[in-house]
Amino acid sequence: MLRYLLKRVLSLALSLVVASAVIFLCIEVVPGDPAAYMLGLNAQEDTLAALRAELGLEGSTLSRYLSWVGGMVQGDFGTSYTYRTPVAEMIGERLWVSLPLALYALALSTLIAFPAGIWAASRRGSLADYGVMGVTQLGVAIPNFWFAMLMVLVFAINLRWMPAGGFAGWDAGAFAALKSLTLPAIALALPQASILARVMRSSLLDTLGEDFIRTARAKGLTRAQALWRHALRNALIPVLTIIGLQFSFLLAGAIIIENVFYLPGLGRLVFKAISARDLIVVESVVMLLVFAVIMVNFAVDVAYAVVDPRLRRGRG
Amino acid sequence: MSDLPANAAPAAASAPSLMRRALANRALVLGLVLTVFFTGMALISLIWVPYDITQMHIADKLHRPEAAHILGTDHFGRDIFSMIMVGARTSIAVALVAVGIGMGLGVPLGLWAAARKGSLIDELIMRGNDLVFAFPSLLIAIIITAIFGASALNAIIAIGIFNIPVFARLTRSGALSLWTRDYVLAARVAGKGAARISVEHILPNVTNLLIVQGTIQFSLGILAEAGLSYVGLGAQPPVPSWGRMLADSQTMISFAPHLAIFPGLAILFTVLGLNLLGDGLRDLFDPRLRRGRE
Repeated sequence: MLRYLLKRVLSLALSLVVASAVIFLCIEVVPGDPAAYMLGLNAQEDTLAALRAELGLEGSTLSRYLSWVGGMVQGDFGTSYTYRTPVAEMIGERLWVSLPLALYALALSTLIAFPAGIWAASRRGSLADYGVMGVTQLGVAIPNFWFAMLMVLVFAINLRWMPAGGFAGWDAGAFAALKSLTLPAIALALPQASILARVMRSSLLDTLGEDFIRTARAKGLTRAQALWRHALRNALIPVLTIIGLQFSFLLAGAIIIENVFYLPGLGRLVFKAISARDLIVVESVVMLLVFAVIMVNFAVDVAYAVVDPRLRRGRG
Repeated sequence: MSDLPANAAPAAASAPSLMRRALANRALVLGLVLTVFFTGMALISLIWVPYDITQMHIADKLHRPEAAHILGTDHFGRDIFSMIMVGARTSIAVALVAVGIGMGLGVPLGLWAAARKGSLIDELIMRGNDLVFAFPSLLIAIIITAIFGASALNAIIAIGIFNIPVFARLTRSGALSLWTRDYVLAARVAGKGAARISVEHILPNVTNLLIVQGTIQFSLGILAEAGLSYVGLGAQPPVPSWGRMLADSQTMISFAPHLAIFPGLAILFTVLGLNLLGDGLRDLFDPRLRRGRE
């Protein structure tokens, strides 16, 4: 186990180094002189020189990369060129919207998908099964930002049950804050829940066909007992993989959904930064999201090895 | 994905029986009808649309669906149906080229990795795949847009890059199980090199897998393109796109909901059609999977 873990940590470190190098090269090296890019065509030479000094653009590419990474490790993401505030502070504020939104959506998606998938699998071939499969087929195909717009139309504009957009802020109390995140979270959760329910159903059906379930039935367990006591636990492994993979889609998806609801999250931040050519902010947000995805995948891998010893041996 | 068609199923089944099975598969038929409908709409828009969408008719603005404009008009008086027809072109072109990029680079990489299984090159290709997987297509698009600005081309590149590891992994896992087959052994004994075996014996036997996955990636590409255009990272005006039609409609949704409803339905049904087609093709190519799924 220790050897497996060591190998995984090593490959994690390597992934982070390569990912950060790719992002750095794309954003700071490809456009040529970032200072000239940020200031536009008509910039004066002395303004350029001042911005270069301010951004720490003197020195070799390698030393700039190292100081960028070194800064991030210590929580220093640099200073935003448009807002003149530390990027870490800006990201910190926005994270209090984006992260709860992604987690809220993940929770909703799991809460919807598990019962739906189990229900469909336990009544295979019935009307309920067809119903769940049909609805999830639609759920996978629907663009979530469009679904979000329709919900705004129905629940915010027509029924006036929910706010149409904006964020109440955590200072207004958890209820008000969660209320303003509810429609966005539902929109974000819908496609993920549909995928998850389908995976849950097919994984459970696969497990229900295994020999040990037949043995359990032969011992006198009913189908429902066999499902709950034996099949469910074994069916969970592929489901957990999908949940892990979905986290990255939720974070990225949150960026688009935030736009529908005018939520002050990372998505709004990064789009404003793109139009203002604020490369440092773009670079930092992208790095943060990629970091999150890599870490979640690592956690899922390690969680597997703990649950299923065969995986350790197979890879270690 | 590891469950592969053992041999090329269509070769075993005669053509008429394959056709009969295809027609009996309701998902496949419905998916095909929807796909043909939207692709046809895109193609027809190349030569004819009901109204010229580059012309503004302010007097006719924001009409609800009516006889003259079956899906109504937008805030510039442009015909929504015509815009959806032309928008289909953008969506389908972006998604199709992105699948082409993914297959064009991913399949050779996957074949190469499988042919040199366990070697440094295999390890490099697979770790490279993992790395690209850490960048959702939206993040790739954000990086590209931050440098080069927004355009349909950049959307294609972003979605295309995201597709590469999908096809590389699929091809590799499909190819690995084929490399142990007797006929591959026979080809090696006959003196064929790894590259020739990959092209002549492995590739034809993973084609079914690739077609099914290609359909799925095509539908994901349509969704991704819509999302990117919606946030302004995709096609720019005057190129019409479904995602941007939705973005434009957002501020008018309370008094002109039809502006938002129809482009959304177009995306929904195109993606639904492709997904059903992909599912149907999988069942058709590999009947063993069907038993497990139904």
